[in-house]
Amino acid sequence: MSQSLTIQQVPFKKLQSLIALLLLCIVLSLLTDKFFTGDNGLNVLRQVAVNICIATGMTLIVLTGGIDLSVGSVLALCGAVTAGFFKFGLSFASADLFVGFTVVGAIVVGLALGGLLGWFNGFTVTKFNVPPFVATLAMLTIARGFTMLYTKGHPISNLGKDFAQIGAGSFIGIPVPVWLAIVVVLLAVFITEKTKLGRYIYAIGGNEQAAKLSGINIVKVKMTVYAMAGALAALGGIIVTARLDSAQPNAGISYELDAIAAVVIGGASLSGGKGSIWGTVMGAIIIGVLNNGLVLLNVSPFWQQVVKGGVILLAVIIDKLGEKKE
Amino acid sequence: MLEAKHISKQFSGIHALTDVNLQLHPGKVNAIIGENGAGKSTLMKIFSGVHTHYEGEIWLHGKKVQFHNTREAEHAGIAIIHQELNLVPHMSVMENIFLGRELVNGFGMLHRKKMLELTKALLDRVSLPISPDAPIATLKVGQQQLVEIAKALYSNAEVIIMDEPTSAISDKEVEVLFSIINQLKAEGKTIAYISHKLNELFTIADRYIILRDGHSVDAGEMKAVTQDELIQKMTGRQLGFQKTGCSDAHRTVLMNVKQLSMRHPMLRFTQQLSNISFDLHKGEILGVYGLMGAGRTELMEAIFGLHPKNAKGEISINGKSVPMRSPADAVAAGIALVPEDRKLHGLVLNQTIKSNISITVLKQLEDWGLLLSNKKEKALSKNYIHQLGIKTSTDTATAKSLSGGNQQKIVLAKWLATHPKVLLLDEPTRGIDINAKAEIYKLMKLLAAEGMGIIMVSSELPEILAVSDRVLVMCEGHLTATICIEEATEAGILKYALHKNEILA
Repeated sequence: MSQSLTIQQVPFKKLQSLIALLLLCIVLSLLTDKFFTGDNGLNVLRQVAVNICIATGMTLIVLTGGIDLSVGSVLALCGAVTAGFFKFGLSFASADLFVGFTVVGAIVVGLALGGLLGWFNGFTVTKFNVPPFVATLAMLTIARGFTMLYTKGHPISNLGKDFAQIGAGSFIGIPVPVWLAIVVVLLAVFITEKTKLGRYIYAIGGNEQAAKLSGINIVKVKMTVYAMAGALAALGGIIVTARLDSAQPNAGISYELDAIAAVVIGGASLSGGKGSIWGTVMGAIIIGVLNNGLVLLNVSPFWQQVVKGGVILLAVIIDKLGEKKE
Repeated sequence: MLEAKHISKQFSGIHALTDVNLQLHPGKVNAIIGENGAGKSTLMKIFSGVHTHYEGEIWLHGKKVQFHNTREAEHAGIAIIHQELNLVPHMSVMENIFLGRELVNGFGMLHRKKMLELTKALLDRVSLPISPDAPIATLKVGQQQLVEIAKALYSNAEVIIMDEPTSAISDKEVEVLFSIINQLKAEGKTIAYISHKLNELFTIADRYIILRDGHSVDAGEMKAVTQDELIQKMTGRQLGFQKTGCSDAHRTVLMNVKQLSMRHPMLRFTQQLSNISFDLHKGEILGVYGLMGAGRTELMEAIFGLHPKNAKGEISINGKSVPMRSPADAVAAGIALVPEDRKLHGLVLNQTIKSNISITVLKQLEDWGLLLSNKKEKALSKNYIHQLGIKTSTDTATAKSLSGGNQQKIVLAKWLATHPKVLLLDEPTRGIDINAKAEIYKLMKLLAAEGMGIIMVSSELPEILAVSDRVLVMCEGHLTATICIEEATEAGILKYALHKNEILA
């Protein structure tokens, strides 16, 4: 099977990021005894779960040669709408009708809204040829605006025990958000490596003209991918909301940058056609471990940012050097 | 005199050149001939300082030289004009010529006046009547080629290497190019000329040097050989064609194109195609000939559904109407298009041979309508690698790593996998070597014999005459003639390709 993956050069890339991650862990374990503990490990994973969800969607888009800057705002809006639907339900005063939502019902609404917003991104990108950067930049502002309108600028809190389980609960000792991230990653790996859609995604990113001339429906593939990324951002929003037991109107600000960083550290090319879900997962974990380690080491948050930026640069430079050798 | 002595070069263990010995004579046009993959480009890159690690020696004017980069080669007087031109489109002719070696005055400011004078003189030398301030993007490809030559002249190059200089220019521009080459020759410059077009070499070249599989096989005077002999030396075998002809083709109509017209996407009142109607028969190879701008590629693209907004007309296959909405529709109707530019439109270069072949038929390779079967995909690619003789050790090599001919075979394979009824080939043998060409012709004959209808666009008349059963001739968007191969001659076809009005009047 591993042979079929060589298109994306996954084995090599996966190994490369994995080695970097292990080195990082070893160094941190030597520097602080708080790092290498089971609790801390779960803590890191819980923290990166949201970024993994978002970055997985981002990877799919980046593989087609696009980008999605709107994920942070979509996350906030969908988190707020999920919380709002769950807590207040929908009431139509004119028809004297009230519709309540269970946890699952509210989540479905949130995910669907995320999918819709993502689909709209894909729609403007494909039908009107708006560059993805611009289309999703506009959505970043629009979705944030709607979040503010929907929440009137106030958090929606006290969502109850059931809802909080999504963020705080655990199953066989592993936090629910981590389970969700695992499912997302497995699904995305399956799609990218084992299905037609995955091939089309790589082909479009590799050479869109050739893909079009091969009879591939580019519009459909891209819209699907943007919609998936939107839904995954929504999932991130639901997790964040549940973890805080509160939907914050300014949740998710600058999350798109962490997601893009994970994708890039994972070895994907922003011009499309090259990269993998595994790489992105490694990238997200590296960022998470780095954040965690720096906190444990009492490094100032200002320095943390500098270090994170340095790591992104380093990752891409190593990648480029590897390419030259090939 | 530029000499290569015992040059060998390996790329990750594979020998690109093995003990190559050759001499480029001054005041002569030295044609370097060989199939793709024979090592021509590698050798030229060594001469021009692109590849710096190699075995053997290079001697220039009786002195051993070793270049560490292209700049050093340039200073030594070796200039290379690449097949893909290296000009900055948005900068002017002058800026391009002086790029990286701008003249400055005593204050360190650009010495515009002097550069302008020099540019004018250079443009005169290459007989290019354009302003030095004209942006490169506004020039035709042929003119850009001449700017490249002017650039080489400014660097006072003694040795000028031209890699396929006529691959993208019109016959008229070729004439201008040749007169300049002759002039350079008279000045005693050494010209290395790489080309696949043998006809052309007999016009312009004085000497030939043949490379085969990385070895220098033979060299001599052009006058002393015939075209057939050259081909034999290059390939080790002869090229022969068999014509089927109009009358022999089955006369069942496979595809009918009726009143196909297409508007220019920008210029509203210009028609790129006007009222084109023709039949394609089962088992027929229909050649389409026309000069640049005749609308050949546009015709193929319109049939393939690439211009849904601008194309009007009717197409039917076996009596069933085909919508011209999208390539997906065309594929579903049994049409396949092998595009003119395989790198730009045919292949995903950094993906594997396997996934390039399977891309058109992934649906058929799924288990339970969901999971791509690696086994089925491998079987498919193995089948076509074998059937088309694609030279590769593994189907997981990237498409990029193959030679032009093998890349073209991958594009063919991915379309044959769809079992098309109608195969559209746009310049199927452009830039590929003679062996691969012969193989593609053979394959076309075979497919036609099995009942496929093939339309082949080509700008090479010998190819049209050799392969087609019938020839459509186009001029400025009009179909000007349909000629049975038995009655077709180069002159006859060319006449219809040149004069639209005479025919229509």
